[in-house]
Amino acid sequence: MSAEKANVKKNKAFTMSSLMRNQIFIPIAALLLLLLFNLIADPGFFKITLGYNSAGNPVLSGYLMTVLDNGSELAILAIGMTLVTAASGGQDISVGAAIAIAGSTLLRALCGTNTRPEVLRMPVICAFLISCLVAMAFGAFNGLLVSIFKIQPMIATLILYTAGRSIAAWINNNELPIISDPKFAYYGGFIPGIPIPTPFFIMAACVIVTMLVLKFTNLGLYTQAVGINESSSRLNGLNPVFIKWLTFVILGLCVAVAALIKVSRLSSINYSVIAKDIEMDAILAVALGGNALSGGKFNMVASIIGAFVIQLLTTTLFKFNVPSDALPAYKAIVVIMLVVFSAPIVRSKLAEISKKMKNPTVKEVA
Amino acid sequence: MGNQALLSLKGIYKGFPGVKALQNVDFQLQSGEIHALMGENGAGKSTLIKVLTGVYTKDEGEIFLEGQEVSIRSPQDAQHLGISTVYQEITLCPNLSVAENMYIGRSDDMLQNWKKMNEGATKMLESLDIPAKATQQLGSCSIAVQQMVAIARAVDMDCKVLILDEPTSSLDDQEVQKLFKLMKELRGRGVGIIFVTHFLDQVYEVCDKITVLRDGKLVGEYEIKELPRLQLVSKMLGKELDDLSDIKSSDASGETAKQGEVLFEAEGLSSTEGIKPFDFYIRKGEVNGFTGLLGSGRSECVRAIFGADRVVSGSMKKNGKTIKINKPIDAMKNGIGYLPEDRKIDGIIGDLSVRENIILALQVMKGFFKPFTKAQANAFADEYIKTLSIKTASADTPIKSLSGGNQQKCILARWLLTHPDYLILDEPTRGIDVGTKVDIQKLVLKLASEGMSVTFISSETDEMLRTCSRMIVMRDRKVVGELTGEDLTQNKIMSTIAGGEAKS
Repeated sequence: MSAEKANVKKNKAFTMSSLMRNQIFIPIAALLLLLLFNLIADPGFFKITLGYNSAGNPVLSGYLMTVLDNGSELAILAIGMTLVTAASGGQDISVGAAIAIAGSTLLRALCGTNTRPEVLRMPVICAFLISCLVAMAFGAFNGLLVSIFKIQPMIATLILYTAGRSIAAWINNNELPIISDPKFAYYGGFIPGIPIPTPFFIMAACVIVTMLVLKFTNLGLYTQAVGINESSSRLNGLNPVFIKWLTFVILGLCVAVAALIKVSRLSSINYSVIAKDIEMDAILAVALGGNALSGGKFNMVASIIGAFVIQLLTTTLFKFNVPSDALPAYKAIVVIMLVVFSAPIVRSKLAEISKKMKNPTVKEVA
Repeated sequence: MGNQALLSLKGIYKGFPGVKALQNVDFQLQSGEIHALMGENGAGKSTLIKVLTGVYTKDEGEIFLEGQEVSIRSPQDAQHLGISTVYQEITLCPNLSVAENMYIGRSDDMLQNWKKMNEGATKMLESLDIPAKATQQLGSCSIAVQQMVAIARAVDMDCKVLILDEPTSSLDDQEVQKLFKLMKELRGRGVGIIFVTHFLDQVYEVCDKITVLRDGKLVGEYEIKELPRLQLVSKMLGKELDDLSDIKSSDASGETAKQGEVLFEAEGLSSTEGIKPFDFYIRKGEVNGFTGLLGSGRSECVRAIFGADRVVSGSMKKNGKTIKINKPIDAMKNGIGYLPEDRKIDGIIGDLSVRENIILALQVMKGFFKPFTKAQANAFADEYIKTLSIKTASADTPIKSLSGGNQQKCILARWLLTHPDYLILDEPTRGIDVGTKVDIQKLVLKLASEGMSVTFISSETDEMLRTCSRMIVMRDRKVVGELTGEDLTQNKIMSTIAGGEAKS
């Protein structure tokens, strides 16, 4: 037992510095810190109870479940945002508006012109595919502006950011359809008999698909190469224009999935509020993951963990009864701390200090 | 010399994780001398310069300036002490005017007297005979003039020590001459100049002394007259050199290649970069080259062949079959590889690892849905790291942290890995050390003897004479001649480049 412990300790010392240098260290450290804070402040944070919802189905509830549930959309968006950031060196700020469009399309496809339908016009899956196509088309539009017209991503997506929510309202003639079919609420809630929220499963599926795509295609290599050096990439036979465009289309797909969850949660839509400011959280997730917002190398897992760090932070603040108006201010303070801590200059200084503390004689020897 | 050294470094040590970049290096510079700092890539030249300019802090050792010990912790410190550096890459702001560039970051006042600044700049430019106007935007000047402006800035700051780090690598001969004139002028004023370059000719043209470094250690300091070229090279390499000029003797295949079948030919090729339509062919196992002054269109010709620039006219044939090359991937699929002229801009993917950089081209050819496994990629990378003896900590090291010559070897590995039957090398030896240069030339001849066709472009004519069996001469973006066999001499090339219509 003790030998094993010593072994673990040795291993730990050996890998600690390499772990520190690993990109994934930052979001995981942030995650653990927040959890630790909650543990000390109120261990009740970790309590998960099995209850029954109004329909009589078993449901797990607790703050951790809230984090997993509500963080799902953000994690899905972080996937697309990471790719866009890597290839184009910029960010898409129209994500929230695009969710409004995709959600509105979904409702329009399901309800037609009747805002209180008794029966849905088509299976949800068909409506979802339509909204995917629409969201990808808008992603393609953004991608076109960025890749072919070489407009800075933030400026290019500012167009859709501004216009998106009115387009979304226009799709449903400014009406607010409400779906009464309880099955539609499964996607953002619970499937009867399964006590874990469905968004978590959707998110997990997206993450698995992304990991498989990154493993079995060259998407990762190509986007990074294009993001780092477009000219070299072209001379190595890549098509930088297409690759940048492709990342925006992929983000469009992520938007459609997030929109399905968001709309399903309400069984309705509010054009001006749905997914408001989610683009900033998605960008933040990428940054918290230690990915350079100027593009190039990326770490997908780090971005996804980053998304859950943000959700954990939001939920923690809610738990401590921070009024929702004041929430952004508190969030900003924590984010500043995280970002400063993860800045390369601070990290290298910290590494230096820890090295000095470990073996103070090293300077004299060298 | 009775008087004290202007700058003197004693026992400098500098280490990086895993590397001892400098070990007990001494260096002395007198005022009014041009002192060459020579060594292979990785010998520690850049590290020494960076220690001197405060980019790195030394681990150990002392620096004396005019007899006083000084500590240099930042580039600002160095500047205040009168140590200025002009780097290979222009580090000024191209979107500002010449005068602004000369005065930027030097005033402590809140307000800037623009008129005075422009007047001061004009005076300085005139006194150094630099052909630029103070109000001109820097970006509109040629690279040489930009470099001179950078020097003028240094001079205007009353620098005592001027460090020129590879200033000539992107200049043509005339521009180099202008720069040398400026350097000699400054020497007359008592400035001590440290000159880092890979061009041996240039060292012997302007320098007074040479300090040679090898593997982070001082080899010695020599008066230029006491160190003939061959000895300099052998000191840099640390071994007696089998005469550089001998390497072609192993090239018996050069003759047989003449009878070989035509592998690739182009007719009336021209691109958007403004080269006049040209015809071109290369035989199997042949090494040929484009020569001409900088800007004569030699790079543009090969870029057109590879599809790097948009081709506007002409046709291409490979092995007798008509092929179409619109973009680089078309050329790659037809077995053509291209090592671009500018390694930093067009070659390396800086943040990616050595391994990823090596496999990139083959990976792209293999396709989006068929990534190599990590084991395969590692095997490829390790194979070429070994065969080309690339000096890197591991295959995972980002390529940008390698020295120039090793970066170039990685790019070379990238193309060799695709097993092309026609390889275009545009300035493969620029900015890299003598040892690697010889390695690359030998490699080219070896590849040719194995049946690969190679087009080799270099600014150094003697390099091309050593490797090419046929040279295509360019002037003003036009092919003006072709030389083979007996005609392959320095003189003949020069006279062809100059041509009948030469003005100067």
